[in-house]
Amino acid sequence: MLTQDEMNKMDAIMQSHEYQQTAVIAILQEVQKEYRYLPEDALCYIAKGLKLSEAKVYGVATFYENFSLEPKGKYVIKCCDGTACHVRGSIPILEEFRKQLGVSEKKPTTDDMLFTVETVSCLGACGLAPVCTVNDVVHAAMTTKKAADLIKQLKEEAANEN
Amino acid sequence: MKISTREELEARRQEYKQALNSQYKQILICAGTGCVAGGSLEIYARMQELIEAKGLKCSVRLEKEPHEPSIGLKKSGCHGFCEMGPLLRIEPMGWLYIKVKVDDCEEILEKSILADEVIDRLVYKDKDGNAYQKQEEIPFYKQQTRVALEHCGHINAESIKEYIAVGGYSALAKALFDMTSEEIVDEITESSLRGRGGGGFPTGRKWAQVLRQTEPTKYVVCNGDEGDPGAFMDRSMMEGDPHRVIEGMIIAGVATKATHGYIYVRAEYPLAVARLQRAIEQAEEYGLLGENILGSGFDFDLRISQGAGAFVCGEGSALTASIEGNRGMPRVKPPRTVEKGLFEKPTVLNNVETYCNVPPIINKGAKWYATMGPENNHGTKAFALTGNVQNTGLIEVPMGTTLREVIFDIGGGVKGGNFKAVQIGGPSGGCLCINATEDHLDMNLDFDSLKKVGAMIGSGGLVVMNDKSCMVEVARFFMNFTQNESCGKCVPCREGTKRMLELLTDIVEGRGTLEHIDMLEELAQTISATALCGLGKTAASPVVSTLKYFRDEYIAHVVDKKCPAGQCKALISLQIDPELCKGCSKCARMCPVGAISGEIKSPFKIDQTKCIKCGACRDGCNFHAVKEV
Repeated sequence: MLTQDEMNKMDAIMQSHEYQQTAVIAILQEVQKEYRYLPEDALCYIAKGLKLSEAKVYGVATFYENFSLEPKGKYVIKCCDGTACHVRGSIPILEEFRKQLGVSEKKPTTDDMLFTVETVSCLGACGLAPVCTVNDVVHAAMTTKKAADLIKQLKEEAANEN
Repeated sequence: MKISTREELEARRQEYKQALNSQYKQILICAGTGCVAGGSLEIYARMQELIEAKGLKCSVRLEKEPHEPSIGLKKSGCHGFCEMGPLLRIEPMGWLYIKVKVDDCEEILEKSILADEVIDRLVYKDKDGNAYQKQEEIPFYKQQTRVALEHCGHINAESIKEYIAVGGYSALAKALFDMTSEEIVDEITESSLRGRGGGGFPTGRKWAQVLRQTEPTKYVVCNGDEGDPGAFMDRSMMEGDPHRVIEGMIIAGVATKATHGYIYVRAEYPLAVARLQRAIEQAEEYGLLGENILGSGFDFDLRISQGAGAFVCGEGSALTASIEGNRGMPRVKPPRTVEKGLFEKPTVLNNVETYCNVPPIINKGAKWYATMGPENNHGTKAFALTGNVQNTGLIEVPMGTTLREVIFDIGGGVKGGNFKAVQIGGPSGGCLCINATEDHLDMNLDFDSLKKVGAMIGSGGLVVMNDKSCMVEVARFFMNFTQNESCGKCVPCREGTKRMLELLTDIVEGRGTLEHIDMLEELAQTISATALCGLGKTAASPVVSTLKYFRDEYIAHVVDKKCPAGQCKALISLQIDPELCKGCSKCARMCPVGAISGEIKSPFKIDQTKCIKCGACRDGCNFHAVKEV
């Protein structure tokens, strides 16, 4: 169930788009920013608000790769596997991240909800291949060692915050 | 702030030019995605801090009055030389400093800004040790002709004033006041500008078709859904010169009598979205977007629509479906986008780079444009040069430049091995290569020449591959991409790409037979002939093209069960050469699965049943004793 606060937030987002049905993708993007994923209740609430069927909103949410119906970790690591990164060895880096965190393609998020590892087809930073991003910050010219260091650093950062 | 006449625009231009000229030195720090990742924003902040600490006047934006002498400090768009980033350019000398660090800022300010001394350590040197102070003299830049990328890296990407100062929006004024819609369309047609998004459809013809429609509501849409892996030309243009894109789109509006515009940008480009948003707000504030632009009576509004991660949305009808808030699936054509596009209205849909070419054509004329490139392929083309090449980055060359010039003169040659092939046009394109029967290195890069050899310019991604790249694996890589991105609407693409991927996976994992190759060819033909949209029709191109030029590699995989490039893990085994092994035990310590054993000072051995072929032993051996066989 959504709390009143959450409903208010979503109303504000929909209002900023004047409840336009055509803005459903932009609205979903903003809602996802709030939750880091799209909860089922939120999808239903948006459908009602925009006077769209739940099936339609679900259809849009599942079509686009950026939308996730599963909760994601605090740090979302996106490993670029575009052509340029691929030929410069992106797969060993992806494997290093997965090994470090004990995650896989089927189970991309760690149990403590700290990390999610996924691949992305191209970030357009091909000149710096291979690259990855952590919550949209680009890390260039990755190596397996840099990947391991990055995880260590992020873990420390998270520990210090708590 | 609103500019309400053409004369006022010219007056403002003079004023901004003066302000720009009063900056006796200008520091342009690259703020493209690449250099930002390298820390260019920290360099920018440090520079500003240092200049102000010295009590000097630092202009981060163009001030109106007074025009006191100052140092201009700006975030520019992508300079293109991403490999060497972060980049810093100093005007008016045109010096380019590479791989700049925050610690270098003080020295740069003391020597190069306050004095006129160049810092040798920071200039580019080629592999023979020749140093190049000026950006334009570096071989990477020297052979380029920049039209669409003209301002990228040379002006402040976040300032409409600088854009106006260097001649921005003058083409729009000309289109609004000196030309009729028909004349603009004729000029574009005569220039033979062709769509830079891949297909190469004549832009003038497209515009003429939209102009003919009697429907009062029409749209201008810019396709910034640059999803091809290995391409980032459009991203750099949107980030580095957003006003140029906007100006091109408004001119398209004037030419086709369309009054609403959308820029569709993929969500993976947050910086491009931010820069465009800011540019649109500035243009609205200056009266260059909105109602009654420059007092001409012409209205045009522009919005950004963000994608959400679907490659197929680069296809016209899928893109418009996505802007409308639907699943981005292509539809059957006709009706075509020019008749029934966005919201069922006539729509001009062009790529970012195409719009960037419009203002110079209007300003300098179709005849000037036709001086570049071969017949029917006029103008320049931006390419993203990546992969196993010395100088990766963004380049722009006249159409018809040869592949050799691009890879060896501009790109500085192949990295980590010998030249094997170039993948051009992304997952819809093919490869160019050099082998016993073919030599594509001296082929012209233009729409028509590439079509003849089964490749296409596509959006302009050029991925160079050395002899350590396995072409079967490359084909599998692209098929994996296309299969992932297939929207699932039509059966040939949905099922066909899946089956092709399975066949290719079998081959690289050592389960392939000659029948696999026959089946691949049959499927490729069927999918190309029957798929609904461009994505499906071209999905098999990388396979067809690699089969054509590297058939022997496929045969080696399925018959000899060998990967000639040594890339396919299932087909290689790692062995220690007893002659070279010194028995140091380093490999045994590095092996993550404990597959290596032996006695100190006598040759070690790899247990093939345990080996996971990770290559750690090979990479770690100081005596190159670990071999792939």
